[in-house]
Amino acid sequence: MEKKDHIISILVYNKPDVLARIAGTLGGKGYNIDSLCVNTTTQKDISKIVMTTSGSQATVTRIENQLQRLVDVISVDDLTNVESIHREMVLVRLNRTAHNTQAVKDAVDANKWKVILSGDAFVIIEITGDKTQIDFALARLEPLGVADITRTGLVALKLED
Amino acid sequence: MKLKGTEILLKALEEEKVDIIFGYPGGAVLDIYDQLYKSNFRHILVRHEQGAVHAADGYARATGRVGVCLVTSGPGATNTVTGIATANMDSIPLVVFTGQVPTGLIGNDAFQECDITGITRPCTKHNFLVRNIEELAMTIKEAFHIARSGRPGPVLVDLPKNVMAAQTDYDPANVKIRNHEAVYKPAPKKMANVLEMLERAQKPLIMTGGGVILGRAAEELTRLARRFRIPVTGTLMGLGSFPGSDPLWLGMLGMHGTYYANMAVSNCDLLLAVGVRFDDRVTGTIDTFAPNAKIVHIDIDPSSINKNVTVDLPIIGDTKAALSDLLRFLDEHHYEPDSAGRQAWLSEIAQWREKAPLTYCRNGEIIKPQFVIQTLHRLTGGDALITTEVGQNQMWTAQFFGFDRPNSFITSGGLGTMGFGLPAAIGVKCAFPDRQVVDIAGDGSIQMNIQELATAAQYNIAVKVVLLNNGYLGMVRQWQELFYEKRYSFTDMTYAPDFVKLAEAFGVAGLRATKPDEVEDLLRQGLAMDRPVLMDFRVSREECVYPMVHPGESISQMALGTREMIN
Repeated sequence: MEKKDHIISILVYNKPDVLARIAGTLGGKGYNIDSLCVNTTTQKDISKIVMTTSGSQATVTRIENQLQRLVDVISVDDLTNVESIHREMVLVRLNRTAHNTQAVKDAVDANKWKVILSGDAFVIIEITGDKTQIDFALARLEPLGVADITRTGLVALKLED
Repeated sequence: MKLKGTEILLKALEEEKVDIIFGYPGGAVLDIYDQLYKSNFRHILVRHEQGAVHAADGYARATGRVGVCLVTSGPGATNTVTGIATANMDSIPLVVFTGQVPTGLIGNDAFQECDITGITRPCTKHNFLVRNIEELAMTIKEAFHIARSGRPGPVLVDLPKNVMAAQTDYDPANVKIRNHEAVYKPAPKKMANVLEMLERAQKPLIMTGGGVILGRAAEELTRLARRFRIPVTGTLMGLGSFPGSDPLWLGMLGMHGTYYANMAVSNCDLLLAVGVRFDDRVTGTIDTFAPNAKIVHIDIDPSSINKNVTVDLPIIGDTKAALSDLLRFLDEHHYEPDSAGRQAWLSEIAQWREKAPLTYCRNGEIIKPQFVIQTLHRLTGGDALITTEVGQNQMWTAQFFGFDRPNSFITSGGLGTMGFGLPAAIGVKCAFPDRQVVDIAGDGSIQMNIQELATAAQYNIAVKVVLLNNGYLGMVRQWQELFYEKRYSFTDMTYAPDFVKLAEAFGVAGLRATKPDEVEDLLRQGLAMDRPVLMDFRVSREECVYPMVHPGESISQMALGTREMIN
């Protein structure tokens, strides 16, 4: 069966160990979590988890069913085939050298990225976009001397309910 | 009025109509036990915490109510894990209360501290750590609700010592919780599909499982089968959900199912699977399971659908509601099976039954374990509540004790827990003191929780242990005989206690039979005693459970046993 990436949006009660339950359920049954984002919603007792996983449709349906069994899970939504907006963010720290300052500035300006902190020895850039845009940015910056990055999981939002 | 945590716990248990607790005290639950001392609660002191959980589990399986246990923190809590996992695999409603060190010490590696909610997360339906006294009443109420609602299961509630000593207001009327009940949406379109499938089918078969017993749907299932003359097979957990004495009953399917049940599954063209989860012991190789059949799967848990076997028509819902709907729909649409066609199908099955009935070689010199079970069935009129251990004793019981009623066969199906039967029987007998309760055991399994004989003796809980003693871990030995060229690696249990003397040492009556002609008298004697009894039957040592589907085979390929057995 065809394997593809799936984006699953999960509403949960904001209990201390809810993330452990979700990770444990998936890990224990042999499913992978590729990326993960968690935070509260506008209701403080409810959190939203967006995770990406890969597998056949049947596998992903099984994952959804297993999650749905958890007492603290309110709803599970596969956003893969519905209209939705996807974003990731990455923070990149570049070492500043005499040679790369202009090149970094050019790259940032050309792509409308944001320099959020700039020191004598380093510059930190914030980039948001979908997966392709982030991958592109990292490829573009790599030759300029990337010291460290932190990349978030994917967040996704449906266009309508 | 302000109440202490320990008082709230007992009041909340009263609210849940709990009439018995199986437990074992310890440091972290001293305050709770002090409160118990001042109350009238019935508490059974087990001899090991695993026994407490199995006893509560047996109570739950026999009554359909939530079983309750209470143990201390640390090792008390970890000792419950096998019991909890057993209940979880078979969807049995339990609430297990564990003591915990004071909240201020959690995470400090305090004496008898362990992260029991972390440990049991994968083997409970849900669990709670009560962090403050205000949450206590709500948590207990929610725990019971979760345990029994939807697909039932065990729930663990961890109670830190300081929380139980704190005080708060308690009024049961003000305790509000979320609803976890599964919602059943009637689906007339699906019922129409079933009708259409039934009308097309020449060879329909019902497969009944534990979900029919848990869902209290045995009556509806029986009516469906009898009304439309559909033959019925069942999983281990489904035994008793359709009368074993009914001619439409084909016995269990799967690895040690009957030849005719497996042939019926392999040849049917419509399989109505109700409250089952298509375990690997049932299906054999998946791609040859019911190869000609359209499969209708009724189950309360959506995660069971298409998990192991891909089905044609899933119906998600409570088995009782779904079967009632189906019966009503079929009646309203005047469904009548084609009687000639149905007769032909039943005749085909009858031929398989004739070719390889469930049987064994009788022997005048050596006691056959199957003979003990058949004799027990005859002497109890099939009316006893039976628990088993795990292994050959369990399979022979499933094969030879024709269960007529639900909730009368109490066995660890999914997890296959040795040591389950004796404590489970104690729990069953506590619920039904006037019924005959028998643990059919093996000499390996019984030694795993034999300390519970002391519990039975202390409270005079008159369970009867029928020990099929072959001096081997019989089922493992059978596999070694068949698949490992008789290399009996560590399965010889000849070095064992004298079980009669051991029983007597515990204050339990001990009896022994070594010859077939002693079996009936010994059983009569043991069953008649108004006290716990262990009956040690020295059975043939290398008897195998047949028929058998070898691992990795299709269930249509059965090893039937010796030539004498077939004829």
